Amino acid sequence: MLTVDKLNKTYKTGDKALTDVSFTVPKGQVVGLIGPSGAGKSTLIRCINRLVEPTSGSVRLNDTEISRLSVGELRRARRRIGMIFQEYALVERLTVMENVLSGRLGYVPFWRSFLRKFPGDDIAKAYRLLDRVGLMAHADKRADALSGGQRQRVGIARALEQDPELMLIDEPTASLDPKTSRQIMRLLVEICAESSLPAIINIHDVVLAQQFTDRIIGLQAGQVVFDGSPNELTEAVLTQIYGEEDWTAMRRGAAEDAEAEAEAHRETEKLMSAL
Amino acid sequence: MTKQSYPTQWRRPPQIIQAKHWRYLVTFGVLLYLIMAIGTVEVNWGRVVEGVERGQRFIAGFLQPDFTTRWRDISRGLIESLTMTFTSTVVGVLISIPIGVGAARNLAPRWVYYVCRSVIAVSRSLQEIIVAIFFVALFGFGAFAGFLTLTFATIGFIGKLLAEDIEDIDEAQAEAVRATGASWLQLINYAVQPQVMPRLIGLSLYRLDINFRESAVIGIVGAGGIGATLNTSLSRYEYDSSGAILIIIIAIVMMTEYSSSHLRRWVK
Repeated sequence: MLTVDKLNKTYKTGDKALTDVSFTVPKGQVVGLIGPSGAGKSTLIRCINRLVEPTSGSVRLNDTEISRLSVGELRRARRRIGMIFQEYALVERLTVMENVLSGRLGYVPFWRSFLRKFPGDDIAKAYRLLDRVGLMAHADKRADALSGGQRQRVGIARALEQDPELMLIDEPTASLDPKTSRQIMRLLVEICAESSLPAIINIHDVVLAQQFTDRIIGLQAGQVVFDGSPNELTEAVLTQIYGEEDWTAMRRGAAEDAEAEAEAHRETEKLMSAL
Repeated sequence: MTKQSYPTQWRRPPQIIQAKHWRYLVTFGVLLYLIMAIGTVEVNWGRVVEGVERGQRFIAGFLQPDFTTRWRDISRGLIESLTMTFTSTVVGVLISIPIGVGAARNLAPRWVYYVCRSVIAVSRSLQEIIVAIFFVALFGFGAFAGFLTLTFATIGFIGKLLAEDIEDIDEAQAEAVRATGASWLQLINYAVQPQVMPRLIGLSLYRLDINFRESAVIGIVGAGGIGATLNTSLSRYEYDSSGAILIIIIAIVMMTEYSSSHLRRWVK
């Protein structure tokens, strides 16, 4: 369980990114964090594992008060928080396997990671995860040889390799096409359900958020302005978060995307059965 | 609707100095100084004639290089130069890696950054010949002084360029590795090293051929190698041997340059 209490972040430049943000995420819940660009979504999830230092407030994961840890303790806490990034953030010149194994860096001593001599269990786990995300055959390829969707799958495997107790997911679909986005979101939600992991998914695609998450938190200028189930996210609420816009048109567009995807799927199946 | 007429002429506005009179004044001033400065260079035409004569003999020697007479000296000088080049590059690169990491603003704490940057600044501000003269004065003539000089120069060169490359890495990759709970050393090994490795290899190979060229130059001030052999042959007026040495130097430089650029493309 993750508890965020009265979190504030003011940048050195004086920009107030977060104001009194509080919420609790129970085990197994997938939370979609929505809001316009600059609302503080990225800052918020980075304050949770302290890639960005919060100015005040507390973050508690299970029994650990993350906001008060020393450097060494923070490293140990970070390894229990899996993070997935917008532009995948894989180390491009390392192999897929090395990228996945880098999820174990917080657990192994330097010499093991330097010589790439990870414990057998870690390697087996990495293979199992690669199999789970459908990239078994690509283990020894360099990360920059993969497509966007494949890279994001490696990112997911790397986060899971950490044995996380919490997933922080920063715009997982921002660089992906609509179809791949849906596949990635589905995979994320499935995986979180499999190990009842709590997750915070920072996402700007409202429709995807509504479709795949259990709960939505709306952030506007660093403040929580909405916290509820995806059905409660009415047009009035969206306007409050993002400002005036034609929301029905956007939903229609997304419905078309979903329809097109289903259509393509049917076509493929027809083609396959014809063969 | 009124018909608007647009200008049919356009001139590029002055980019550097806006004011017209300043522009003329500066141009005139620079020209005047140039003319006066050339006027103060005293040309001794007698010596120019002598020099041209010697130049002709030199070119003649160059056209008929003599590899055999002094071959023992030449080969000894060459081997010394190559040894000096290789050892100083390896040692220099090894020392410059920690210095380069320390001089990268995004990895090192402030004070380490300043210490490493000043090491690099000192190494880069002193020209090889000056350093060579200094080391020859300290440790006497020979390859050891040359080795130290080239190592010293390599540290500044690789250190600075490596630090700049580290500062330019993709921070997202580093952030992702940091988020896994990696230690500082693991961060360097997993996020930084893969990103800068091709460039580090490329720079090291490039430095290898610079070091060979420099080894020929610093030999002239007594730091051993093929430069010393070249200097001896020049002072003995054996221009045919000098020609042979120069040809060998050019050939080796061309070879290393070609192979290093090829290798650099290959490690991308």
